[in-house]
Amino acid sequence: MRFIEPHAHMVSRVTDDYRNLVAAGCAAVTEPAFWAGFDRSSAQGFYDYFCQITEHEPKRAAKFGLAHFCWLCINPKESEDVKLAEEVIALIPQFLDRPNVLGLGEIGLNKNSRNELKVLEMHIELAARHDQLILVHTPHLEDKLKGTRLTLDALQNNRRIKPERVIIDHVEEHTVAMVLDAGFWAGMTLYPGTKCTSSRAIDMIERYGPERLWMNSACDWGDSVPLAIPYTALEMRQRGHSPQQIDRVIYQNPCAFLSQCRKFKLPES
Amino acid sequence: MKANDRINTMKPTRQEVLDLYFLEARHKLIEIAAFLDRVQRATGATDFRLRAFHEALGEMVRAKRDRARRVLLAFSDPTTQPIPAATTKSACGAWSGRASTSRKRKP
Repeated sequence: MRFIEPHAHMVSRVTDDYRNLVAAGCAAVTEPAFWAGFDRSSAQGFYDYFCQITEHEPKRAAKFGLAHFCWLCINPKESEDVKLAEEVIALIPQFLDRPNVLGLGEIGLNKNSRNELKVLEMHIELAARHDQLILVHTPHLEDKLKGTRLTLDALQNNRRIKPERVIIDHVEEHTVAMVLDAGFWAGMTLYPGTKCTSSRAIDMIERYGPERLWMNSACDWGDSVPLAIPYTALEMRQRGHSPQQIDRVIYQNPCAFLSQCRKFKLPES
Repeated sequence: MKANDRINTMKPTRQEVLDLYFLEARHKLIEIAAFLDRVQRATGATDFRLRAFHEALGEMVRAKRDRARRVLLAFSDPTTQPIPAATTKSACGAWSGRASTSRKRKP
C-alpha cells in the first residue's frame, strides 16, 4: 500500500508517528498552517511558525525518508483580529518560494463571522496574485453548511481562482455535492467525533465516485489518528474495492492535485 | 457532470453491508437509546441541543434516503449571512437558532 497524507499537523505529533506513517506506506505529508491551541500574541509568532514548517519539520520527516510539504496562512480561528491577520498575511510572500511550500492553507472560516470572511477574501486575493494552490478548512459541526456556502461564494467571486486548483476540506454528506458540483476538489477528514468516519467516507466514494476526492487524517494535538488513511484503505478492501480503486483515492488523486504545484516531487520520481 | 450523476461502480450487496456493519450500528443505536434515558433521568432543564437531537432522529426515521445528509442538516445553521463577530472559537454540534436576524435558505 502507498498513500499520501495531505493534511497532517506534524508539529503536534511525536517522532513515532513519522515512523508509523512511513512503515504503513506513506510517501509524503502536507502540513497546513494551523491554530496552535492558543492565540499567538503577535505576527512574530507566526513568522517563527512558518520557519518551523518550512525549515525544521522537513528535516524531521527526512530522517525517515518522508517528503514534507506545507501550506501557509493565518488560521480562521485567529482571523477575528483583522489587524493581526493583515500583519501575518504580509509575511507570507517571503516564504512562498521556499521549496516545500505548496500554497495557501488551511484558509477558511470558523464561526462564519464578517471578519473571518474578510480575512478569507484577503487570502484568496493573495493566492490569486501569486498563482498559488489553495487548501480550504470548512467550519465544524453546525457551522459547516453555512461556512461551506460562504466559502464557495467567496472563491467564485474572485474570477482568477480556478476551481481545479482548490481543495475544500472536511466535507461531509451535506456539503460534498455542492463542492464537487462547483468544480472544486473535496477532502474527507477521518477525524473521531467531529468529522467523518472511515465508513462514511467510503460511502461518499461509492456514491459520488473517486474523481476529485481525497482523504486525510488532519492529525493534530487533539484526539486524532495519524494512520486513519491506511485504516480506511483496509475497510475499503473489506467492502470489495480493488487495489487499483484504493490506490486512486489515497495516492493518485492527491498526487494529481498537488502536482499542480511544480514543487511537489516525491523522492522516487 | 453533477455529483449525483456520477457513475457508481463500487456498490456492495446488502448482505455484505449487514455482515460488516450490523453489530456496530446496533451498538450505536443502543447507545443513543441509553443517552436519551440518561437525559430523562437527570434533573434540570434541557436546551436547544436536545431539541435538535430529537428533530434529527425524526428526520432519520421519516427519510426514505439521504438519512445522514438530513441528520446533518437538522443540526446545521440554515442562515446565509455572516454573523457580526465571532465570540467563541468552538462549535457545540447544534444550531441555537439565536441568529434570528439572518435570512434562512432552503437546504
